[in-house]
Amino acid sequence: MYKIAKNDLRALFRAIAGERELYLPVKTAGQVNFAAWEEDAEVSLDTLKTVKSPKDAFFPQFETLYMCRTEEKKLQIQPQALKDKEFVVFGMRACDVQGVKVLDKVFLSDPVDSYYRARREHGILVAIACHEPEESCFCKVFGVDAAEPDADVAAWMIGEDLIWKPLTEKGERLTESVKELLQPADGAEEKVQKEQEQIRAILEKLPYTHLSLEGWNGDATDEKFNSPVWETLYKPCLGCGTCTFVCPTCQCYDIKDYKTADGVQRYRCWDSCMYSDFTLMAGGNNRTTQLQRFRQRFMHKLVYFPANNEGMYSCVGCGRCVEKCPSALNIVKVIKAFEKQGGGENV
Amino acid sequence: MQELITRAKELLADGTAARVLGWRRGDLPYNPEPAFFEKEEDFDQFVYDGFCGANLSKMMIEASKLEGKTVVFLKPCDTYSFNQLLKEHRVDREKAYIIGVGCRGKLDVEKIRAQGIKGIQEIEGTELDGPEELTVKTIYGDQTVSYASAMLGRCHVCKGKEHRIYDEIIGESRETKDADRFDEVRAIEAMSPEERFAYFKKELSKCIRCNACRNVCPACSCRKCVFDSTKFDSAQKANVDSFEEKMFHVIRAFHVAGRCTDCGECSRVCPQGIPLHLFNRKFIKDIDELYGEYHAGEDAESKSPLTDYRFEDAEPGIVGERG
Repeated sequence: MYKIAKNDLRALFRAIAGERELYLPVKTAGQVNFAAWEEDAEVSLDTLKTVKSPKDAFFPQFETLYMCRTEEKKLQIQPQALKDKEFVVFGMRACDVQGVKVLDKVFLSDPVDSYYRARREHGILVAIACHEPEESCFCKVFGVDAAEPDADVAAWMIGEDLIWKPLTEKGERLTESVKELLQPADGAEEKVQKEQEQIRAILEKLPYTHLSLEGWNGDATDEKFNSPVWETLYKPCLGCGTCTFVCPTCQCYDIKDYKTADGVQRYRCWDSCMYSDFTLMAGGNNRTTQLQRFRQRFMHKLVYFPANNEGMYSCVGCGRCVEKCPSALNIVKVIKAFEKQGGGENV
Repeated sequence: MQELITRAKELLADGTAARVLGWRRGDLPYNPEPAFFEKEEDFDQFVYDGFCGANLSKMMIEASKLEGKTVVFLKPCDTYSFNQLLKEHRVDREKAYIIGVGCRGKLDVEKIRAQGIKGIQEIEGTELDGPEELTVKTIYGDQTVSYASAMLGRCHVCKGKEHRIYDEIIGESRETKDADRFDEVRAIEAMSPEERFAYFKKELSKCIRCNACRNVCPACSCRKCVFDSTKFDSAQKANVDSFEEKMFHVIRAFHVAGRCTDCGECSRVCPQGIPLHLFNRKFIKDIDELYGEYHAGEDAESKSPLTDYRFEDAEPGIVGERG
């Protein structure tokens, strides 16, 4: 374990950014989101939840796949270069890291997404334990430990210091490259343990910590799908994409062409199952009502995803949707509604 | 609040209405959601407090297509939206039984968080006849904040306590206005074009194209939005270049000009805290200055300055000269 004074973090960021791209929570126009570090960036490591998750670092909201140009009578296709330089995402949280593991299941299984894989291979994750979790957090429900992030480097903000613990080979490499700024932290284990106990004690007090996922699993498709509970639940849903775009695990995308002056740009961008043209095909759309779209999102997170991924849920309990839904709907309310009303026809 | 429940139950029982549109209690102290109530027992979950900021007018578009009347609770500012929707033939007056509810400003949990408060467990004092101070109980200790300091920005420039359309009124409203509505616009107008561009660029670059502003907006009631259409290149789900997000917001602002009642829902719901109302308010100020003071939604009959022609109307050249 190592430590660095919080006051010296700027020097650390400068050192990391000197060799690699560095992304971290930055406040811009009043909101904190992950952004590239700059000398005058207003870094905010105390912000528990960035508005958007750090998902963009691996699966950006928008990315060019290739450009098509015609030169004389020849069609030129120029694929976008894959990420080939190391970069660091600093200040992720344990739930955010779990979010990346969910994305891995999607993009690294066959057929592998080469754009995503290149970013995953070159990305180094530095995650900070949550000193003060909040009422909208429920990561524990999904087996995430906010006190011990499972990243390349785990960090704890304790008093005036940031404690730094490399956990992987990538993490060791990053540590080596900034070693002159880090000091060995003798006896830090004890401090970290105390901090972890404090964090876990706070987690116990949070209103959502003991939410039960009973009945939500890969075998619940028919029971949950056919439940009448959805009919009232979805009503206030505006059909906007806020929940999907702030979510660290929503992974659906659309591929589109954009005409520019010098050719056609084929890009992909996040899509939202809340949108009316989601998965629209020549033959029409398989989900034509907001009820169906709303149901899809939660069925995917709590039933279809675990069915296809050895029981892994594709919600990590970060609580961003809890804080941001314009109609105050969210996955917790969905789970609770089923708890209260029984839900399935078999219950 | 009990008075609202009692009256709503009466209107259901005597057959006046088939359902009630109000707010259901959330599972946190600050997240009630819009909801329909049809049965007596549904009302156990009914709530009306400071966090019921959602404007229910737009939900009356769908409710107007249902059998029977819907009792709807509208705050004074929400009634402007209802009137405007009525004027545009998007809602059916005969399908609505409007109970005008009192308002003393609506709360924004982000304003509470901005005061350094975390881990909220309970908030006391949010009711309509509550005190001027909120007691916020958190897992990190109790704190108090003034009600006014936790209000949505729009309530500081409140349009007034008067309901513009209603069948009956329940509850007293309180004055919340402590700033001029156009001060923010004047501050923007005072900027140089370069400063202004930089300001909006910084704000709009946060946009994630979630469409929350559009979907919540009572003036955005097109059945198919051009930005959802697959027939044009306009249906961009992401900002392909730096102009994209500006195009979306500027076009939206133009489309609702003269119809926007300044209900402030766009800014309330924006996950990135973009002050979207500024675009609309600038249009309102310009319309006021060019055509005389006009407030969309004040009534359901009068013509909007932009859809009406009069000899004394400002010539387009005036706008050009003025810059």
